[in-house]
Amino acid sequence: MAASRLYAPVAPGIYPANATAAYRSSDKRAPREALIVIPETVSEVSGPRCGRESLGGASQDLTRPSGRGAEALGQRIIVHGRVLDERGRPERGALVEIWQANAAGRYLHDGDRHDAPLDANFTGRGAVVTDDDGRYRFLTIEPGIYPWGNHYNAWRPRHIHFSLFGQAWATRLVTQMYFPGDPTLPLDPIFMGVPDEAARARLVSRFDIERSEPDYALAFEFDIVLRGAAGTPWEGQS
Amino acid sequence: MSALTPSQTVGPYFRIGLEWPAAWRLGEACDLTLRGRVLDGDGVPVTDALLEIWQADADGNYFTNGAHGAHGFRGFGRCAVDAAGAYRFQTIKPGAVAAPDGGRQAPHINLLVMARGLLQHLYTRVYFPDDAALHEADSVLGCVPAARRHTLIARPAAQEFTFDIHLQGEHETVFFAL
Repeated sequence: MAASRLYAPVAPGIYPANATAAYRSSDKRAPREALIVIPETVSEVSGPRCGRESLGGASQDLTRPSGRGAEALGQRIIVHGRVLDERGRPERGALVEIWQANAAGRYLHDGDRHDAPLDANFTGRGAVVTDDDGRYRFLTIEPGIYPWGNHYNAWRPRHIHFSLFGQAWATRLVTQMYFPGDPTLPLDPIFMGVPDEAARARLVSRFDIERSEPDYALAFEFDIVLRGAAGTPWEGQS
Repeated sequence: MSALTPSQTVGPYFRIGLEWPAAWRLGEACDLTLRGRVLDGDGVPVTDALLEIWQADADGNYFTNGAHGAHGFRGFGRCAVDAAGAYRFQTIKPGAVAAPDGGRQAPHINLLVMARGLLQHLYTRVYFPDDAALHEADSVLGCVPAARRHTLIARPAAQEFTFDIHLQGEHETVFFAL
């Protein structure tokens, strides 16, 4: 079969290799065998469509977990942007799920043993569905930098985790958004695991004074680009 | 053209944002149990992995536009492993979907593995032992060296199928580049 693919392979250097020696957790977990290239079939070019029904209890305002009442501690920030595909087409009605540490650099998770305070008014969970232009917006708290056990004196840069689906199984993306000027970025093996410098820079949000709200919150812009089909994706019904 | 956003690991704390408590069950009246464990290169259970599955219904239809089939079946499931590295999906046996050559692929469930330690998620497929005749002609299995194909075939157990995911080691599961 010489048929051209709807989804071109991801160019080298953009996605980090799973076997990244500086990232210790990969040592026993990254597969040693090469990934096997398979023909593109309906299984890869179809995909789940998760919309509002998948939001659960999560909202786009993380600063007040109950939607009202007491507010989380920390610097309020607006995180906004567009979800697009490689051809610049907006991903409409796309589920965007995020999670993050609180302002002190602590996650609301049993596994997080960092000796920093929890915040009773911050869960760190958010979700939203993009609008017709592929836009999303969260109101949250700037997450703290926190230590981790990867190596001596290791610190994770401020980051927010993002999960996205796109149009197909092949476009699924889980990533992390970072903040401009974070001094720990060049020391972080997860961020530095992306080989291509220009690709790495796309993980760093842009400080956005225009969208910052006076006397209230700073804004950061983070556009997310998913793999895009060369043509019209196959109909899922076979 | 827009430039792709790189992948990053899901990390150890994904349950905060990605746990959907009921999503291991793909619908009412699902009579197939798929269960197994995620294991690292030392055979140690991976206790912070998240699995997602995507599959056709019994007639070989993917519900790609958000529609659903009988009993609310949409074909998408999500399950975080437990403290023993174990997962379970309650689903149905997928029908055979179209192959690029116009024929049919052997029935399979598309499976995605995310975990701390994986900077990009891993794609694999679960095939079923009772379809051995169809496996011979399957265009995806045909790409896999014969000696490793067994890593993609679930093992039958009472009323269920077992599919362990070996991230490394002698029985390393076959993972795909899509």
